[in-house]
Amino acid sequence: MSQIFHHTANYIAKMSLVLLAALLLFAGWVMDRGSRSDFVTRAEMVREQPVPFSHAHHVGGMGLDCRYCHTSVEKSSFANIPPTKICMNCHSQIWLTSPTLEPVRASFRDNTSIRWTRVHDLPDFVYFNHSIHVAKGVGCETCHGRVDKMALTWQQNSLQMEWCLNCHRNPERYVRPREFITTMGYQPAGDQEEIGRKLVAEYHIQNPRTLTSCNTCHR
Amino acid sequence: MRTRFQLGVLVLSVAALAACRQDMHDQPKFIPLRPSTFFSDGRSARPIIEGTVARGHLDEDTAYYTGKDANGKLVAEFPFAVTKEILLRGQNRFNIYCTPCHDYTGSGNGMVVQRGFRHPPSYHIDRLRNAPAGHFFDVITNGLGAMQDYSMQLTPEDRWAVAAYIRALQYSQEASINDVPAAERAQLGQGAAK
Ligand code: HEC
Ligand code: HEC
Ligand code: HEC
Ligand code: HEC
Ligand code: HEC
Ligand code: HEC
Repeated sequence: MSQIFHHTANYIAKMSLVLLAALLLFAGWVMDRGSRSDFVTRAEMVREQPVPFSHAHHVGGMGLDCRYCHTSVEKSSFANIPPTKICMNCHSQIWLTSPTLEPVRASFRDNTSIRWTRVHDLPDFVYFNHSIHVAKGVGCETCHGRVDKMALTWQQNSLQMEWCLNCHRNPERYVRPREFITTMGYQPAGDQEEIGRKLVAEYHIQNPRTLTSCNTCHR
Repeated sequence: MRTRFQLGVLVLSVAALAACRQDMHDQPKFIPLRPSTFFSDGRSARPIIEGTVARGHLDEDTAYYTGKDANGKLVAEFPFAVTKEILLRGQNRFNIYCTPCHDYTGSGNGMVVQRGFRHPPSYHIDRLRNAPAGHFFDVITNGLGAMQDYSMQLTPEDRWAVAAYIRALQYSQEASINDVPAAERAQLGQGAAK
């Protein structure tokens, strides 16, 4: 009986093993990239809102400070989405007839809540706190990007653990003086690393060991 | 047959583990502003029942918490010692909450006014220069005319700090060179020369 397989079949069999390994590696690489992609982390994705509220108009155009609306960002873990009353501080007088603002007026009239769509949403097993970051000189811009240029709000960064840790390991690359917390388009007056190291000492920012231990964020 | 069974168990348990993920992501607890189906207004955060007093918030000092004395008259002076820290805090809060309309000097030409909001009176008119300190506290707490109240955005401490800063703004507009300590006058000239 002659051979069923040509002797090159050995070769092919061996090659296919190598190919399989390469394929697996490639699949791993794709999954790794994929899990960090904007599609999975929902970064840079504009969310529909019941009212097309524009930070570009209100912050970029009028120069409102973030804290005018996000009132609790300095005092609590939660930054606060402004209640309708805060919109009505101004919209009781301006753009009174604008149909885009009707949901805001209806909400004020009937004492119902506007249901904003969440843009950022960490998993519930992560503990995040705004007040500590704001108190220790991490600007809104560092985490949320140029909000003053967003017509509709989107999430700038991945919010993955890797992203948090990157800063918790090297806070000196990001911190700024407290008076510039809400400034958009901040430029450090000199070398960031040098200023950063000074601020880390001045604000008593804890060492990376504490800041990267699991129970800082998972408690 | 047996290996197939083991494989099946493995696949199922992996699927089950994957399913756990979302449970931990969205736990059935209330985080701020998360809606609730239990209450008819859909809010999980409940308003304080009328008449309740939070511990430490008896607020018996009416002059401090309402800007009015026992007879309902606005207090003329600040019911605390005004320090530099308080003024700086007031400046910080004023720049956030009041400048959109009253602008940084208090003349009332803020960005929102330029876009059609009613023009507020300048702080530098005689009526407001002579107004009792309590008036500013009262306007922030209860609003006035077209201006809504800012009691939600400012605590009583901050309201007084802002009121004190408005007084400082008023004095600043009437200041003359004689108010500057002699030692620092030279600095002023330098600033202008630059
Ligand atoms: C006039 C009021 C107002 C001001 C001022 C304002 N915001 Fe907002 N912000 C809102 C409202 C309303 C929403 C909810 C709608 C949305 O997501 O666009 C919001 C949403 C956001 C969100 C997304 C929240 C989420 O759902 O995850 C971020 C981040 C944010 N603001 C940051 C900022 C920063 C940073 C500034 C200052 C540069 C600022 N905001 C100034 C009103 C304001
Ligand atoms: C400090 C004053 C102020 C506050 C507070 C404010 N707005 Fe505005 N808003 C304005 C002004 C002024 C404009 C006109 C925009 C311009 O001229 O750039 C405007 C425009 C708008 C528009 C566009 C209207 C249209 O027909 O295109 C929307 C929508 C809007 N605001 C929603 C909101 C919401 C929602 C809030 C509450 C979270 C809010 N605003 C709070 C001053 C304010
Ligand atoms: C260290 C990074 C960081 C900084 C600095 C930061 N934020 Fe956030 N912000 C986040 C994260 C992460 C979330 C999502 C929180 C969640 O889902 O629980 C968030 C959520 C928000 C929200 C939605 C409401 C909430 O609290 O969940 C608003 C509004 C907001 N941020 C505004 C601000 C403003 C205004 C500032 C500056 C004063 C600021 N943030 C500074 C990381 C940051
Ligand atoms: C750009 C820098 C930066 C980013 C991004 C950042 N942090 Fe932080 N974080 C800091 C700094 C600085 C501190 C202050 C440390 C201190 O108090 O000494 C801090 C403190 C904290 C604390 C309080 C630590 C304590 O001792 O109680 C928590 C919790 C925290 N961060 C969680 C997070 C989470 C969760 C994320 C990601 C969603 C995140 N942080 C992203 C810079 C950052
Ligand atoms: C600076 C804050 C921070 C620290 C410190 C931290 N984590 Fe996380 N962790 C996060 C955030 C944010 C997420 C959510 C990531 C996401 O949504 O993709 C997370 C998610 C996770 C997850 C779930 C991953 C998933 O895909 O569901 C595990 C497991 C985890 N962390 C383990 C740890 C362990 C173990 C440590 C200590 C070595 C640790 N974390 C320290 C912020 C932190
Ligand atoms: C949205 C615009 C707006 C903002 C923001 C605003 N005001 Fe006003 N304010 C007005 C207007 C308009 C008037 C005139 C009211 C009237 O006479 O109908 C006024 C009047 C006043 C007056 C004069 C009252 C009198 O006796 O005539 C004081 C004092 C005052 N505001 C203080 C403040 C303080 C303090 C803040 C910040 C916490 C503030 N305002 C923020 C619009 C604003």
